[in-house]
Amino acid sequence: MNIFGFSVPAGYEFIINLVILLIKIGIVVGITMLHVLYATYFERKVIGHMQIRLGPMRTGFHGFLQPVADGLKLFFKEDIIPAQADRTVFKIAPVIFVFAALSSLAVVPFFDGFVIANVNIALLYVLAMSSLGAYGVIMAGWASNSKYSFLGGLRSSAQVISYEVALGLSLVGVMLMAGSLNLSEIVSAQQQHWYGMFLFPQCIGYFVFMVSAFAETNRTPFDLPEAESELVAGYFVEYSGMRFALYYAGEYIGMIVMSSIAVLCYWGGWTLPPFLLKALPFLAVVPGIVWFLLKVYFHIFLYYWVRATVPRYRYDQLMGLGWKVMIPLALANIVVTSVVRYIVP
Amino acid sequence: MLPKIFFGYFAVVMVVLSLLIVTRKNPVHSVLWMLALFFHIAGLYLFLNAEFLAAVQVILYAGAILVLFLFVVMMLNLKEEVMGERFGKEWPVGISIGAFILVLFFFTINKFSQGPTGQYTIERIKAETHTKAIGSVLYTEFLLPFEIASLILLIAIVGAIVLAKKTK
Repeated sequence: MNIFGFSVPAGYEFIINLVILLIKIGIVVGITMLHVLYATYFERKVIGHMQIRLGPMRTGFHGFLQPVADGLKLFFKEDIIPAQADRTVFKIAPVIFVFAALSSLAVVPFFDGFVIANVNIALLYVLAMSSLGAYGVIMAGWASNSKYSFLGGLRSSAQVISYEVALGLSLVGVMLMAGSLNLSEIVSAQQQHWYGMFLFPQCIGYFVFMVSAFAETNRTPFDLPEAESELVAGYFVEYSGMRFALYYAGEYIGMIVMSSIAVLCYWGGWTLPPFLLKALPFLAVVPGIVWFLLKVYFHIFLYYWVRATVPRYRYDQLMGLGWKVMIPLALANIVVTSVVRYIVP
Repeated sequence: MLPKIFFGYFAVVMVVLSLLIVTRKNPVHSVLWMLALFFHIAGLYLFLNAEFLAAVQVILYAGAILVLFLFVVMMLNLKEEVMGERFGKEWPVGISIGAFILVLFFFTINKFSQGPTGQYTIERIKAETHTKAIGSVLYTEFLLPFEIASLILLIAIVGAIVLAKKTK
């Protein structure tokens, strides 16, 4: 084995691979946390301008240091645990939430060949981790020993279970088209077609996926678990300081993961459609990571856009939409996709 | 050597977790230890190259069934449960039955012999991925049992709706 021209003795390959893996994890986690910081900043800026306000302006140039100030404030705040809370569960819950969100990043390929774990069941793994994240929410709601937290936790778990069905079913269309659950293979399968993105044949699946992704990450219009006007802040009312920051970060990591999955499964990941490359060959110079990030930023912008546009759903409307519209749509999409794939292999 | 350590870890931790589940006074804590147990079972599946089963184990058991357990446990008023004794008076009977089964296992485990090797070797599953292998077997060789199982599940779903719907 050769690394940067140095030959490695036979027994040490394992250690070298481990070190490379740890460096990769460090890079991915570091860059994601930076994105989380500035996702909060741009959320406030974008929504501010949509509502004809300026958003944060005071800290640094156009408020550019605002997330740093927010982070420092949260870091130094007192950590309060309610007297009647279940202390252990209360402490573990935010860690589980962030752990689930961060570990989904392990299977996301950011550009050709750069992925921490190239597993064959990447899509199922992402679904499994998002169901683990629900425990962070339920445990927080229960352990806080407060009725607002508890109601928020219950709402969230019911919502996440319902929409996970639709989320999984909408991805079945992509699995059928690509014939694989491996995210890198899904991206290369999209390159086999002239249109280069599953967005076009799978537009229904994409729609169901995006709606379910909004519900899975508890974002507006489905942010009922933390509906401020009814539940104060839902499951994390009793959290303060760093533990609150963990929930906050976990929500944004969840958004980034869902956006990445949408980009990889429907928008061709780091590649461009072949017809576009044929028309404008100079675009091939731009590295793949740029296209990937641009597509992810668009999806994160979509989250803000929807938040500034649509009011919150009522709880029965949310459940009705999930079970009566999204799941039947996803099922119909599976049937149509299978039939078309059978006729046109 | 490494696989043995790996399996040893999983076996010991799973036994400890199972004990924790039955001895906790607070049922919510029991359910949370069960979550840890399910993840260890998934790890054991991965150890057997059954990656699809591992993912489905987490999605179905940890993601759906256990959340329902948690719902039920949280909804019930468990104040008395937490205060009272953890086990009923019958626990010596339970322990002796358990010990008997353990002894039975101990004596039969010597008679265990490896079955005939099927067509799906580890190399073949690695080549065509576990998901594809399990799918092709389910939909060709075991199509009828698979369909019967899905029909039974469908009946259960319809039955749940019929029971839950109030008659007018």
